[in-house]
Amino acid sequence: MMSINPYAMLAETISPLAIQGFILAMLALIVIGTVVQMIHHKNLTYFFNNAKKAKLAAERELGVGEKTSVILKTVVHDIATTAELGAGKRRIAHVMGMYGTILFWVASVVLVFGYTGTGASVSTIWPMIWHVGAIMTCVGGYWFWLFLRVDVLAEANPWYRIIKADLFVLALLACATTGLAWSYFQSSGSAELGYLFLILFITSNIVLFGGVYWSKFAHMIYKPGAAIQKNLAEADGSRDNLPPLADAPKQFGLGIKREQPKHY
Amino acid sequence: MSTFVYMTRCDGCGHCVDICPSDIMHIDENIRRAVNIEPNFCWECYSCVKACPNHAIDVRGYADFAPMGHSVRVRREEEKGTISWKIKFRNGTTKDFVSPITTKPWGEFIPKLADGDKPKQGEINSQALYTEPKGLNIDGELPSVPKDSFKKGVYY
Repeated sequence: MMSINPYAMLAETISPLAIQGFILAMLALIVIGTVVQMIHHKNLTYFFNNAKKAKLAAERELGVGEKTSVILKTVVHDIATTAELGAGKRRIAHVMGMYGTILFWVASVVLVFGYTGTGASVSTIWPMIWHVGAIMTCVGGYWFWLFLRVDVLAEANPWYRIIKADLFVLALLACATTGLAWSYFQSSGSAELGYLFLILFITSNIVLFGGVYWSKFAHMIYKPGAAIQKNLAEADGSRDNLPPLADAPKQFGLGIKREQPKHY
Repeated sequence: MSTFVYMTRCDGCGHCVDICPSDIMHIDENIRRAVNIEPNFCWECYSCVKACPNHAIDVRGYADFAPMGHSVRVRREEEKGTISWKIKFRNGTTKDFVSPITTKPWGEFIPKLADGDKPKQGEINSQALYTEPKGLNIDGELPSVPKDSFKKGVYY
């Protein structure tokens, strides 16, 4: 199952053009959802206003080289490893889910546009990446949703209490889970179950990408932007009006070991 | 005049919810980020501002203390045991202060809440806060004012 391209098998019954059209439609939904959200929430206005304020409060001007260096460091440290979540389970689960999702989506596009349809070559690596990506998404996502989200971990709510903020994570998990189930049943010859999970896979994709405006999907765009802005503000001295780092290494007291929040 | 949360910085960890003595910092159900649900009840104790690991919480200060165009921000560095303040006045003057978080051995005078018993669901749903009513030196129920004792009609 892991090395079989599920889209190539699907192309025996559905036109490859229809599958490619579906991927393009999902991409269009992301763009439309993000742009409408940007207009409605005024996210870009907020970012630009913040950048203007930071420029006025800057203690020194950063050169192009310094800015590039800060941005690169942010990409490598803050964005690629989700540093803002600190050391702990949340960060591991997020990193696993994040890279799983990236692999899953990239492999989907490569498989559909490169290895699906009559006369298309066969790849064993990309189907593996697709399946591994979906499994990583499931492991990270279910770990977060069942055990690590603040509602369950700190607020003592049951895992089955669903709120609007779960739209993104649940739709993503539904995509990965139903995608894996569809691939498994299709490759094992269970046509009915294969079709059932294909329909669920398509539905969950439409919910995930069609719900961009209402869900937390766009955090993938805004969070890296916010991290870059934060680190540029630290470098140019404006620091969002925060005080500088204390020049008093372990001078006062013994420091603090932060406890896990449990606010019930 | 209360705390507010920068949504781009908050990651919904819940430290502010844990520490707020007024129980007004909550996790928003739409975006799973912290939010002050009752700004009128915030007395600007700065507990949440200091506890936030992402510096995502800020305070709109009182006009006499910090007039328009002002900024009062704080940075808590746990490993150094310091709290740093930056006061920015509207004429551009800035003042920086550094204070110790505590000069006493950590944990000696602070109850270790994490070691306490996990509350039952009934206690979680109750209006009473942690240790209430015993912590208020009250036996039994919290005192209440009967509705019929209120003065009737409009009065100023």
